[in-house]
Amino acid sequence: MFLINCPYCGERDQQEFKAGGEAHIERPKHPTELSDDEWAEYLFMRKNIKGVQFERWNHAHGCRKWFNMARDTSNDEIKAIYKMGEKPPTQ
Amino acid sequence: MTQNLRVKSSEFIDETNRISFKFDGKTYYGFKGDTLASALIANNVHLVGRSFKYHRPRGIMTSGSEEPNAIVQVNPNSNITEPNARATEIEIYEGLEASSQNCWPSVNFDIGGINNFLAPLFPAGFYYKTFMWPKSFWEKYEFFIRHSAGLGKSPNTRDPDIYDHRNIHCDVLVVGAGISGILAAKNAAKNNFKTLLLDEKNELGGSTIFEANEDNKINHNSASEWLKKEINELKNIKNLEIKTRTSVAAYHQYNYLLARENLTDHLVKKDKKNKIRQRLLKIRAKKVILATGALERPLIFNNNDRPGIMLSSAIKKYSNFYGVACGTKNIFFTNNDSAYESALSLHNKGIKVEAIIDIRENSDAKIIKKINDAGIKIYWSHTIVDTRGYKRLSGVSIMKLSNDGTSVIGSKISISCNCLGIAGGWTPAVHLYTQSGSKLTFDEERKIFIPKTDTKEQISVGSCGGDFELDEIITNLNYKLKNFLDINKTDFEGITLENDHETSKRNIWLLPSDQTIGKTKPFVDYQNDATAKDIKLALREGFRSIEHVKRYTTTGMGTDQGKLGNMHALGIIADIAGVKMGELGTTTFRPPYTPLTFGTIVGRNVGEFFDTFRRTPMNDWHIKNKAEFENVGQWKRSWYYPKEDETMHQAVQRESKAARQSAGILDASTLGKIDIQGSDASEFLNRVYTNAWSKLAIGKCRYGLMLNEDGMVYDDGVTTRLGENHYIMTTTTGGAANVLGKLEDYLQTEWPELDVYLTSVTDHFATASLCGPNSKKILNKIIPDLDLSDDIFPHMSFKEVLIDKIKCRIMRISFTGELSYEINAPASYGEAIWQKCIEAGKEFNITPYGTETMHLLRAEKGFIIVGQDTDGTMTPIDLQMDWIVSKKKYDFIGKRSLYRSDTMKEDRKQLVGLLTEDPNIVLEEGAQIISELNQKPVEMLGHVTSSYFSPNLNKSIALAVVKDGKNMMGRKLFVPMENKNISVIVANTVFYDEKNERLNA
Ligand SMILES: [Zn+2]
Repeated sequence: MFLINCPYCGERDQQEFKAGGEAHIERPKHPTELSDDEWAEYLFMRKNIKGVQFERWNHAHGCRKWFNMARDTSNDEIKAIYKMGEKPPTQ
Repeated sequence: MTQNLRVKSSEFIDETNRISFKFDGKTYYGFKGDTLASALIANNVHLVGRSFKYHRPRGIMTSGSEEPNAIVQVNPNSNITEPNARATEIEIYEGLEASSQNCWPSVNFDIGGINNFLAPLFPAGFYYKTFMWPKSFWEKYEFFIRHSAGLGKSPNTRDPDIYDHRNIHCDVLVVGAGISGILAAKNAAKNNFKTLLLDEKNELGGSTIFEANEDNKINHNSASEWLKKEINELKNIKNLEIKTRTSVAAYHQYNYLLARENLTDHLVKKDKKNKIRQRLLKIRAKKVILATGALERPLIFNNNDRPGIMLSSAIKKYSNFYGVACGTKNIFFTNNDSAYESALSLHNKGIKVEAIIDIRENSDAKIIKKINDAGIKIYWSHTIVDTRGYKRLSGVSIMKLSNDGTSVIGSKISISCNCLGIAGGWTPAVHLYTQSGSKLTFDEERKIFIPKTDTKEQISVGSCGGDFELDEIITNLNYKLKNFLDINKTDFEGITLENDHETSKRNIWLLPSDQTIGKTKPFVDYQNDATAKDIKLALREGFRSIEHVKRYTTTGMGTDQGKLGNMHALGIIADIAGVKMGELGTTTFRPPYTPLTFGTIVGRNVGEFFDTFRRTPMNDWHIKNKAEFENVGQWKRSWYYPKEDETMHQAVQRESKAARQSAGILDASTLGKIDIQGSDASEFLNRVYTNAWSKLAIGKCRYGLMLNEDGMVYDDGVTTRLGENHYIMTTTTGGAANVLGKLEDYLQTEWPELDVYLTSVTDHFATASLCGPNSKKILNKIIPDLDLSDDIFPHMSFKEVLIDKIKCRIMRISFTGELSYEINAPASYGEAIWQKCIEAGKEFNITPYGTETMHLLRAEKGFIIVGQDTDGTMTPIDLQMDWIVSKKKYDFIGKRSLYRSDTMKEDRKQLVGLLTEDPNIVLEEGAQIISELNQKPVEMLGHVTSSYFSPNLNKSIALAVVKDGKNMMGRKLFVPMENKNISVIVANTVFYDEKNERLNA
């Protein structure tokens, strides 16, 4: 059970949050101009890596804000938490 | 019955408090402070159960939670019966009853014992190999297996006990109150850390507290005396909370631990009453100190499982702590010095020790001399090759070990005994450590897994950290604590320590016998009856991964998770495979460390508290009017309102007719309602719905369909424009929370530039939906001032009105196809408005109807229910709802996916209507649809999604999804049921009033 530091509320139990999959996948601005393959790339393809992964989380039972998290999937260590629109940390 | 094996009075046992208890129907006596195991041993009862597979007689083996054999049923034949309890952990109380498990008809005569003689037929993987073939025989095998195997019986009535949960936040959590845990907790608390100390036993002090080794001294006192003083001081320390009888079951990431606090299990019946039985502690600790100790290892040799064969440390605890001799003629069998301490403890209490058999060549520990002085014979370089005695050990045969330890030499010596203490060294209890996600490292020299790293948040101290001897325990603890707590000094720095040191080591995972491996029974996992032979067989059959071997042989898969034998299993595999144990890796220890009761897990969340539920403001009226309720998500919705002895079918038919012939009223308060405001609200709706919204006039309503980005229908509902920048959206009852979440997601992450604010107002409004040709007249009675003419208040429009000074929103929208008005009132006035409608409707025989009638009426009109007629694989095109998908809009959620090659396919499953050839047959929802009766294998074309008998059409109607259904109008298909094939004709989805004339009737 993680202890997650919501950028708006502070440390809260994982129970209050909802995971929202891989982060930094931007919705294409002009979907109609994309081929089936390009659209499928956006729609279906996710990295699911072992190691540091950037993911979206939502403080669903709290402030309802979405934010980003860098988490090492091999040991669940939360490396960083940053707001939507911010760039992922480089290290 | 005499307790003839009590050897001395113990300070931990209250001999003035005699307790009677029953085991397997027979009455015995013990004392306050006894466990069921110690009391049984005091009565010379060792045989307590049968093994799982071979039904071999088994006795008490340990004195703690690692017990594999003494698994009993507590309070058999009562509704509070509990299976799989360890006799070593049950504190006896007056009136306790327990019985053996896994034996029939009795522990002394067990019919399954015949499996023991059939053992050659039960090799590893036997269940996989035999019972799975031929498949049709499984039921017969299962009958046999279920009757002759199984661990215990679960209670068959409701658990009457009270359970509880508690959240705890602390600075330092110390798990285990042995010498390391006590010193750690004391120093943490004294340095102003809010500290919690937990121990699974009822007494603090771990194994040091009953230590009798005179060579172990702290400040020139015996270690146990010194520790007792330390424990006495704990009471006066602020910041320290101590919980005994509390075992940590799970250690999750970020120092989140679950522990079970046992509050009343040791009390007599009258004291248990109305008290919380067990409490689940949910602990979030800033720092965790693991002081979980070590478990003694058995030795793996031929027939090492007879009643009377016990861990050497357990024998010591029974004699020193409980004052009970486990046998009258004892032998110890060891590979290290610790058995000598146990032997000396017994000898000093006048309990006879016949011999010590040591696989090592010698030892220069000081204690050896004391054993020699006591006249106890030591057999160096010897091993046990066999044991005797069926229901109780009666003797052992020993032989000299070859130099390389792989075989035995010389002649066999036979020694009689009724108790054998085995000492195979110590395994650090790293279970919780690994559960936390931390990694182990293997110490090849000492043959133990130890924690690889200490962190800022977690350390392991004492023997669970790999420190076994008093001086290294204390010295390392001192050093580790100072770092971990960031303190300059501990209060036990500088104490003087004296203790013996072990120098001689020899480890043989599987001890040889004079018989070949196929003929012997060296048990590795006692509870699951897995022998070394099974492990060898698994390797011979090609299994290599420890996880696979474990499952194939079931080693370590019992309720004890193989706490005793796991290391030996690994060792034997490593030896055969010729690899180092460290390279083999260890199996994963999973929570719980010891089993939890379901009661503890669910706590107070039972019965009506199992899940939260929501009631509408009109709920009391529904109850008064005898509504039956249906669960929709968390809501309790009126399902139907039976009159007198009406069946559900009769009630629904009556309600459905009334709603179309005169007037009906439905509580629609549960529909999700989202208030949408902001200058970009129209643009936002354009992006989330498939149809266009910019041109919707203020005061008008529009039906909208929402897709997922994959093009599949996600939700639907009517949205009303209340003002220039103000809308109110309705969602399905079950989808409300998810829709709001999804919309927030897009707003916050994809379109942060939009000026839109979303607020859930589901609970703020109560909704009464009036429907039927007389609904206009009823509404007119309630609000005479309002012009209800079709020009002023047409279908799909909205008015804000006052009803008795209450501000209400009325939408003229319809989910039934009838003229219909939805009155939305502030929630607290919901029942009053509802009541008013009922009063006004009396002259028109207004009929309240529930969700079932609503579903029937909308099905007559072919209106979909998202989640019933759709399942996440239906596009609007599949639903034949092309009309609602805007071709002009550049983009909306899911638009691009509607043009993917897959979603464009002509022959996808599509929503159609079905009419049965016999109009009286009602199809079953979920039934499959086929086109050919004699085709094998038959092609499944789709399934029935909604099906009713329509009282307004006087025939059966159904909606279904059918492959290529759009092109099948009028075709005959079949719905195969168990005993018949039902003929159906594919039809239009709209069965009633196709021209929508009744909306303005
Ligand atoms: Zn928050």
